[in-house]
Amino acid sequence: MKPFARLRMVLGRIGQALPALFGVIVVTFILTRALPGDPAVYFAGPAADEASIQQIREALGLDRPLYEQFVYYLGDLASGDLGVSISTGQPVLEELARRLPASLELTLGALLLSLAVAIPMGVLAATNPGRPIDHICRVIATAGVSLPTFFTGIALVFVFYYLLGWSPAPIGRLDFAYLSPPPITGFYTVDALLDGDPETAVAAAGQLLLPMITLALFTLAPIARMTRGAMLQALGSDFIRTAKAAGLSQRVILIRYAFRNAMLPVITTLGMVFSFTLGANVLVEKVFAWPGIGSFAVDALVVSDYAAVQGFVLTMAMLFVLLNLLIDITYTLIDPRIEAND
Amino acid sequence: MTDVTAFEAGVKPRSHIVYILTENPVSIVAIAGFAVIVFAAIFGPLVAPYDPLATNASVSLQPPSWAHWFGTDQLGRDVFSRVLAAARLDLMISVAAVGLSFVIGAAIGSAAGYFGGWTDRITGRVVDTIMAFPLFVLAMGIVAALGNTVENIIYATAIINVPFYARVARAEAAIRRNAGFVQAAKLSGNSDIRILATQIFPNALPPMAVQASLNMGWAILNAAGLSFIGLGVRPPTPEWGIMVAEGANFIISGEWWLAIFPGMALMLTVFTFNLLGDALRDIVDPRQRT
Amino acid sequence: MDRRTFLKGTGATALASGMLPMLKVLPASAAPSGVAVVAISQTINSLDIHRKGTNRPSYQIAVNCYDRLVSFGTKTMPDGSLSYDYSVIEPDLAESWEATDSSITFKIRDNAVFSDGSPVTAGDVKWSLDRAVSLGGFPAVQMKAGSLEKPEQFVAVDDKTFRIDLIRKSKLTIPDLAVPVPMIINSKVAKANATADDPWATEYLHRNTAGSGAYTIARWDPGQQIVYQQNEKWTSGPLPGVKRVVVREVPSQATSRALVERGDVHLAFGIPDKDAQELAAKGDVTVVGTPIENCVYCVGLNLNFDPFKDKKVRQAVAYAIPYEEIFKAAAFGQGVPMWGGASAKPADVSWPQPFPYSTDIDRAKDLMAESAFKGGFKTEFSINLSLASWMEPTALLIQESLAKIGIETTVDKIPGANWRTAALVEKRLPLHLENFGGWLNYPDYYFFWAYVKGHLFNSSNYDNPEVAKLVDETLHMQTDDPDYAPKVKRLIEIAFDDVPRIPLWQPNLNAAMAKNLEGYEYWFHRQLDATKFSVG
Repeated sequence: MKPFARLRMVLGRIGQALPALFGVIVVTFILTRALPGDPAVYFAGPAADEASIQQIREALGLDRPLYEQFVYYLGDLASGDLGVSISTGQPVLEELARRLPASLELTLGALLLSLAVAIPMGVLAATNPGRPIDHICRVIATAGVSLPTFFTGIALVFVFYYLLGWSPAPIGRLDFAYLSPPPITGFYTVDALLDGDPETAVAAAGQLLLPMITLALFTLAPIARMTRGAMLQALGSDFIRTAKAAGLSQRVILIRYAFRNAMLPVITTLGMVFSFTLGANVLVEKVFAWPGIGSFAVDALVVSDYAAVQGFVLTMAMLFVLLNLLIDITYTLIDPRIEAND
Repeated sequence: MTDVTAFEAGVKPRSHIVYILTENPVSIVAIAGFAVIVFAAIFGPLVAPYDPLATNASVSLQPPSWAHWFGTDQLGRDVFSRVLAAARLDLMISVAAVGLSFVIGAAIGSAAGYFGGWTDRITGRVVDTIMAFPLFVLAMGIVAALGNTVENIIYATAIINVPFYARVARAEAAIRRNAGFVQAAKLSGNSDIRILATQIFPNALPPMAVQASLNMGWAILNAAGLSFIGLGVRPPTPEWGIMVAEGANFIISGEWWLAIFPGMALMLTVFTFNLLGDALRDIVDPRQRT
Repeated sequence: MDRRTFLKGTGATALASGMLPMLKVLPASAAPSGVAVVAISQTINSLDIHRKGTNRPSYQIAVNCYDRLVSFGTKTMPDGSLSYDYSVIEPDLAESWEATDSSITFKIRDNAVFSDGSPVTAGDVKWSLDRAVSLGGFPAVQMKAGSLEKPEQFVAVDDKTFRIDLIRKSKLTIPDLAVPVPMIINSKVAKANATADDPWATEYLHRNTAGSGAYTIARWDPGQQIVYQQNEKWTSGPLPGVKRVVVREVPSQATSRALVERGDVHLAFGIPDKDAQELAAKGDVTVVGTPIENCVYCVGLNLNFDPFKDKKVRQAVAYAIPYEEIFKAAAFGQGVPMWGGASAKPADVSWPQPFPYSTDIDRAKDLMAESAFKGGFKTEFSINLSLASWMEPTALLIQESLAKIGIETTVDKIPGANWRTAALVEKRLPLHLENFGGWLNYPDYYFFWAYVKGHLFNSSNYDNPEVAKLVDETLHMQTDDPDYAPKVKRLIEIAFDDVPRIPLWQPNLNAAMAKNLEGYEYWFHRQLDATKFSVG
């Protein structure tokens, strides 16, 4: 395919994503306006009377009709103003910027862990189809995805922290004795290593362990299944049969040819799993007091902190759209079999 | 995807099902588990030894015993009776939610796949918008905005599941849109709706049924998760998610039974549904086994 | 060396080579035994108590980083723990004062300095008190309770002399100067950071402190922790025994308990009654439970709702409540029971005191039959989600009991931030649980807030002209005035009879701490006071 054709495809994909983005903004706006509670009353403070509440309402622009508020909202968005969170008193953008790396570190760590377990499991199951090991792998994977993440988290904390004392206290990203490393990526483990401080890196990794395992259990299943399915398909294909006939060893066939080809659909699944997990780690963050955007969202939602909820949902949705876009584009660019008009 | 399913190839359904089930012992376990859960849901409140709502402060926080198989909670209510009663509620929520999203998703999906053009584009954008949200957060937002009732949990769960069904239905409809038997039906004067209902939809049913059973488990987890953060069912209604959330506070002090039993019930139910979905998929199209 | 040993503070040898990595991360000035770690369950959302939207947990900043003109004394409770003494007013930044009928003149201590070394002047005091009454919201309301209402009342006579001109003579004025709100801010620093739009430097003081208190803020990670650093220039008391206090926000009560049991924190502040009861029994940590003065957990009946307009219905509810069960299941026996009083006429003016009701379903049914609602009715029973640990079991038990006398209820959990609006501002909850506690320990003060029409904590919309008049008369009256006791007894008698609020029990404020932590002090504001901490 000609380069311009690819470029057109990429731009086409971006164009397709825009209506979804706009839809997200509208839905977010409506949802947060529908939340119970009146921010004007909250800001006016206790012992406020009707007059002062009305004053605050006007100052916040909440007395104007909905479509006018929406226009102002769009304007604010364009200038990067996501409002101020009622419950924490900080600008929402700052909160999100501070908390996003925490969630990302957790999610990426969980994904890596899950990959390390799921892919071998999937390969194992694919090379022994129908045998007991296949069933066992499937049961393990399914069990992982059936556990409610909040339940697993609580159980792990109870066993490994409270009973056995092996894991550090579940009070967030870093124990009080350590100061957080100078922020470069926002990931404590990485930043501490970059700062030449292995002690803090180990401490941060220790705090990560339990929440990571909890999340990883959940993401095990889709990855293992996809690996198994893709490997089976690859192993059953013509070129593998040719390789076998040509006398190549099982090992070479498996690793050099089947595995590589199976990876493409697995990577797509990975993207989906990543975006799904980023939203689902809300519960894990709550259990482990992890200061990520998930726990921020839950706390904000429960108290109808409308600016915070708006900001969070919007950021997450944008991330999703961008991520899917990225996967789509990458897939399109690297897979020559994809046609432009699917 | 012009593959032909086992049914279309002419294999007798019953012997095929029996074959699949006996080949995979796990499926039998899944079906047995499913039967137990359905039984608990239908007959639970009748066979429960105690009233799930009756408090009795004098026997609060008792460990499991012969009198109380799963122990009692902080208000002296029997945990076993509550777990049974919760089965009905959780199952009802997930069946209703999945059923609702099934119907809506099938309708808009098959319409989009069959008619193509603008119908396809618009439904595609709507589905994309829903999928752009972190799904659990969207459910949280809907319930928070509309209020903490069981109906709203069902609606919220239904909405976030629609995209899955819509996509499957659309794909199946798009494949068969130009197939021979559809052309024949059109030529003999059947209306589009009739074709959709009688020709396209039945063929889309099997993969969607698989999707549905997989989603049932997820719907239950969703409802439980919402209850965990306080947006779910109101007390004192027994629901597995709330029971785990409350029980979590008591684990540290050693009263593990308040959280473990509902948690296990939750896990086993979801597990059963997932395995069931696998079994269904094996029956419908073995080639899609993963 | 593991963290637990580290926290137990094994003395100077702790600085040995094994500790060197620690030194890299903590500043050199912090001695190993000089750090106290505290776990709290709520979040701090501002460093400025005067700011709009500042929540209650943030008041601890005003307590630990700022001083006031005067303070309350300290007393030792029967169990050996420390508590503030509401009957003793001590000098703080003011070393002495003289009160006349129309004014109070304070002499500011010569050696009083802010944390940056600049002296505390009357100008700073005026600026701070002006700010407290001018920014509105809760601070202004609290100041008003002590008749401190307008900036004109505050006069800086000279650098070290400050005068308050009184609107009326009131027993509440001086105690009101000891509550967290009238904190003294370094006005030079604040003004340097003020702008034309923000003359009171709210943006600056939201994230920075400028006070003279025992601590300064070393760092604040909103939503996670706040770290206090000892202020070596503090002159209002002996320096705290710790150099740093780390306050971690741990939202899960179960985790806080685990942390203090395993020795990973020195103090778990504000723990639930159940944990207090069990940890006290175990004996590994010290548990301090102090009854919160002038505070009752009660059931609020809203008189805007028809059935509750009828006194017989209200009394029926009072007889239907299963007090014993609730005290056992929700309070775990911690606190002081507030039912089963001997007589319908109070014997003294102690407050809170038990109301003359106890569980009597038959009597409740009789009263319902006599009322206009003998068929019963339906209503919503609202509770505050952030206080669910005691409110939920209480509500469920009451719900069950009320069903026996024909009142059907559904329990409605309202999230914390919305609770204030619904219960206290809009006053729209027909049946709810309430936990108001008055900061100044006088019964008339409680009645002022909770029993007078239109006042904030009167979530029952109770309106009784006799009560309003009595409150008006007694609020500013001295307690040794011969009219005081009879009038207050009359107030209590009316409360007994009318029961718009049905007390359940007087709650405890519980804290669990490591055996080597000393200096925990209970305060009416129910926030952490770390000014006397030392780790042995």
